[in-house]
Amino acid sequence: MRFGGLTAVRSVDFTVNSGEIVGLIGPNGAGKTTFFNCLTGLYIPTEGTVSYKGTVLPPKPHLVTKAGIARTFQNIRLFANMTVLENVLVGRHTRTKEGLWSALLRGPGFKKAEKASEDRAMELLEFIGLAHKRDHLARNLPYGEQRKLEIARALASEPGLLLLDEPTAGMNPQETRATEELVFAIRDMGIAVLVIEHDMRFIFNLCDRVAVLVQGEKLVEGTSEVVQADERVIAAYLGEPFEGDPGQAEAAEVAAAESTPGTTKGDAQ
Amino acid sequence: MTETTKTPATPPADAVPTRPAHGLVPLPEAAARALLLGGGIATAASTFLAWTWTSEFPGDLTVTGYPGGLQVLSLIAGILTAVFALASYGIRGLGWLLPARNNAPLVLVALGGFGVTWFTAIEIAAKLGGLANWETGTWIAIIASLLPLLGALALPPDNAGTKDFFKSYLPKPDRIPAPQPISPWMQRAVITVVSIIGLAVFTYGIDTEYGELFIGFLIVVVFTIWAMHTAGLLDRFSAMVAANRSFTLAMGFLAAIAFPFTQTDDHYANIGVNILIFGTVALGLNIVVGLAGLLDLGYVAFLGVGAYTAALVSGSEFSKFSGVQFPFWAAALTGAAASLIFGVLIGAPTLRLRGDYLAIVTLGFGEIFRIAVNNMDGESGPDLTNGPNGIPSIPDLNLLGFNFGEAHDLGGFTLGRFANYYLLMVLIMAIVVTVYTRAADSRIGRSWIAIREDETAATAMGINGFRVKLIAFALGASLAGLAGTVSAHVTYSVVPNPYQFAGSTPPNSAFLLAAVVLGGMGTVAGPILGAALLYLLPEKLDFLQDKSLLAFGIALILLMRFRPEGIIANRRRQLEFHETGQLDVPDTETLTDEPAITKAGA
Ligand SMILES: Nc1ncnc2c1ncn2[C@@H]1O[C@H](COP(=O)(O)OP(=O)(O)OP(=O)(O)O)[C@@H](O)[C@H]1O
Ligand SMILES: [Mg+2]
Repeated sequence: MRFGGLTAVRSVDFTVNSGEIVGLIGPNGAGKTTFFNCLTGLYIPTEGTVSYKGTVLPPKPHLVTKAGIARTFQNIRLFANMTVLENVLVGRHTRTKEGLWSALLRGPGFKKAEKASEDRAMELLEFIGLAHKRDHLARNLPYGEQRKLEIARALASEPGLLLLDEPTAGMNPQETRATEELVFAIRDMGIAVLVIEHDMRFIFNLCDRVAVLVQGEKLVEGTSEVVQADERVIAAYLGEPFEGDPGQAEAAEVAAAESTPGTTKGDAQ
Repeated sequence: MTETTKTPATPPADAVPTRPAHGLVPLPEAAARALLLGGGIATAASTFLAWTWTSEFPGDLTVTGYPGGLQVLSLIAGILTAVFALASYGIRGLGWLLPARNNAPLVLVALGGFGVTWFTAIEIAAKLGGLANWETGTWIAIIASLLPLLGALALPPDNAGTKDFFKSYLPKPDRIPAPQPISPWMQRAVITVVSIIGLAVFTYGIDTEYGELFIGFLIVVVFTIWAMHTAGLLDRFSAMVAANRSFTLAMGFLAAIAFPFTQTDDHYANIGVNILIFGTVALGLNIVVGLAGLLDLGYVAFLGVGAYTAALVSGSEFSKFSGVQFPFWAAALTGAAASLIFGVLIGAPTLRLRGDYLAIVTLGFGEIFRIAVNNMDGESGPDLTNGPNGIPSIPDLNLLGFNFGEAHDLGGFTLGRFANYYLLMVLIMAIVVTVYTRAADSRIGRSWIAIREDETAATAMGINGFRVKLIAFALGASLAGLAGTVSAHVTYSVVPNPYQFAGSTPPNSAFLLAAVVLGGMGTVAGPILGAALLYLLPEKLDFLQDKSLLAFGIALILLMRFRPEGIIANRRRQLEFHETGQLDVPDTETLTDEPAITKAGA
């Protein structure tokens, strides 16, 4: 994927198998979100294809969702002035088909479909624990609940693969824990999950497999242990000391000191 | 005690501002309330005196013992002031008028009475040339109507923490005590009574015979409604409406049907039918703008397409197809279908654009329609529409032997030509309202709103943005076309000129959009009310004439500053524009729709 002269994602081959939780990590600006946007058809990839269950997907967001890939956004993009329930109902769009005519004529089929949609949406709200707030406007929810609602909305489209873009950003440790449980529960529903995250503890706890994206290219892919042990990953996050540079030791110290939060996270596992 | 003058010295910075003993006017509270009550009664009484000696001033205010013209409005305002004053005394049976026991409604009703009375007095002096034209009654009236205002301003302000007059004297309380639960039958009775009052007020407004009376009418209505708003009565009523939606709708239509039966002059039915046409088209536009969030600046072209189609198949001898005369149902369907086709043709290439681009392109297409119709006269283009001459002498409709062009007697009432068309338009309005509400509350309506809220997220949730936008566009277009088919018959002829972007009389695209925004986007009643206002203002205030566009520009700017959600607020937009932080859930107390601190004021 290129933006003018900038190549944001370059020849990343990547497969997610059903029932898997896969992590996608990488420093800021590595191209993770861009990769998601390519998968979901928001960007039309300059080269390459996305296939799902053996068929190649056209780069049209609504067709991708219909095929069974749903996503959340790094910057929450709920329908702010719709209620919690309505947000989830919009997620049901691809799995219902009542058009304008049936809405105008209001036959028994319409009422049944609306009822079924609402029941299913309520089930999902129960599942993520927001059922009691069904009539609140999405914009009035606290941050953590907005993230959860975004997941519920994505689940409403009955996906086979769920893409989560930094689902725990801005959450406190308890909320992060809860999200971890939520992702496991989603996996147990038979949905594969691909998750972008900067919280290494979260990623390595959760994922069967982790891929590292650096400057638009896939550096390594493998189990948590493999990725954590890889020198290149650490270097990508912390920067490499220049060999033979005078004062090289000091520079490395400064670099290490500056990136301490990253180090502890990475090393904690 | 001269605390008013000292106010600047005492900083209201402490957390709980103490409620001062009195307001702007230094009077004890008991005296203030007495003034309010006495002044209200005196104002009402003064309208029975003669206010001027000549009947040159419209409405004949020379008769002693019988209020006429603008005096009637002063009388009503005086009575309202007195009633609210009694309610503020806590008289049993009137407590419901002031549920929050606040003073803002008192200030507002007093202002209404003061405004209309002083306006009348000033108009008399200005029109007849000098104060010499005032009779003793006028002097009594202007003093009497000042008294309640002084009294109301002597009451302690509701919100003493701020020096801003609007915020300290006219705030709406944050919370209004929950009403006593009343039975559904009582609620319906209330809705019925309100519909009847609404019909009476509306009829009075349409029937005003001269501009001064209309302005006086607006003064009284605006201040009274504002007073009821700050008292919390409107919130309570809308809660009732929400609980009895279909009943309210039925009552609304009954009231609309009743209107022509209250009229003796077909001229007012003509105003009524034009308002209905304008309102119907505005409601169609509301689907496009209010629900799907697509700014369409060329919408009036679809009304034109409908009107021209109906004219072409009406059997008019000037039509290109003068031999064909479709029955009305077929003409209506053809008109709607032609508009639908145009909607799709214009929408298909343009709806891929977002935001401002769409607005510019629709503006262009709107103008193209008018110019094209202007040129299709057989010389500059194909021979279809007779160019600027349009298609005149469109015959009246004849539905199952019922000739719309003739007056009919119905149970003692005479329904003239326009009244017939008015009733037909009520039917069409009912269809459009049904289409609007049903579409809005469905899968497709939700996807429109989702597109409006965040198009990217909506497409990522599986909504085919282009498709649902095109449906909204086409549906809006065909509803406008439907209204156009009737409008062609009402006006006898169709000419290209009314179908422009901006002009001084409705309908034109700018007025249609203004009706939607002014009335309240995304609501049913809003655009209809907006259309009524925007139709009546240029109709009644002929002194505005070519300045009406300027006046509306100013009015819209003021509205956007003080009530960006429009006169009738959609629940969503209300919360969008006024950051409340309040959760939108029913509470033991009714949440009011305006916060203590608005975003704009903070
Ligand atoms: N629409 C766009 N136009 C131009 N450049 C873009 C666009 N979207 C992303 N980029 C660039 O592509 C690169 C990758 O961005 P991306 O958002 O995918 O990073 P990321 O890995 O998600 O980072 P973060 O961890 O901060 O979310 C960045 O250099 C960014 O500036
Ligand atoms: Mg990102």
